[in-house]
Amino acid sequence: MSETPSQSATPRLADVAVGDRLPSASYPIQRLNLVMYAGASGDFNWIHWNERVAKAVGLPNVIAHGMLTMAEAARLVTDWVVDPGRLIEYGVRFTKPVVVPDDDQGAMVEVTGVVAAKRDDGCVEVDLTATSGGVDVLGRARAVVRLAD
Amino acid sequence: MALNREYIGRKFVSERSYQVGREKIREFASAIGDFNPAYHDVEAARALGHGDLIAPPTFAFIPAFRAMTAMMGDPELGLDLFRVVHGEESFSYERPIQAGDDLEVHSEVEDIRASGHNEFVTLRQDLVTVVGELVATTRAVIVSRGTALQEG
Repeated sequence: MSETPSQSATPRLADVAVGDRLPSASYPIQRLNLVMYAGASGDFNWIHWNERVAKAVGLPNVIAHGMLTMAEAARLVTDWVVDPGRLIEYGVRFTKPVVVPDDDQGAMVEVTGVVAAKRDDGCVEVDLTATSGGVDVLGRARAVVRLAD
Repeated sequence: MALNREYIGRKFVSERSYQVGREKIREFASAIGDFNPAYHDVEAARALGHGDLIAPPTFAFIPAFRAMTAMMGDPELGLDLFRVVHGEESFSYERPIQAGDDLEVHSEVEDIRASGHNEFVTLRQDLVTVVGELVATTRAVIVSRGTALQEG
């Protein structure tokens, strides 16, 4: 489960400095999560649930939807700002797949975030990393949030 | 087989609008394991100043993906879906998507370029309510593996 301590109030712009680290978090992804995500998102690509097809196209095993990993990384930021509506920009590159074996553990996605910039418009840029099995699975992951005055 | 460059600049509007419902927001948020009250509890969302449940940021990809799939299946583009990989995704929000929104997807193929063995399609999609309010813009880079014509 997430190690992020529950937070009750949005951080204030004045209290945040470049280089501040957000509480990091680990998000487990099991096959069940992929089935749920496929149904919820409408993305039924076979490589996200069928081992035979995944291996036939050269993957080591079933892989998570990139958009699921992107959603988990966003959560680090939305948990930090409390109101998810404060997220105004968010982008990632999908660099490596998150491989999800069919066992009781599945995969773990570890997410970290650091305040990269405070902008003139009062928004804060957060650089994110996401790794699974020690491999970076997202690149150039950045979120922009509007903090409390 | 390289992708059809005549597709650059082409625009599409979704055939049907996407009606955002509370239960779909809850289902999606649960699927990503996110129990932020703003996605599940209408009163909590209203206490934050929203009109109804709001959707997680990447929910924007659901209507965008639906519109994208229709384009990617067009034989005229020449995309082999078994070679397709999602390369990049970004979102900018005018406001969060919320329950009750009725969204059209306005898509534009911004670019198709080759790099190495692969081709890259950049697709911009505006999510606009049926009454014309821009809610969010998404940009996706779709990678077509191994389809670039080799130089020399």
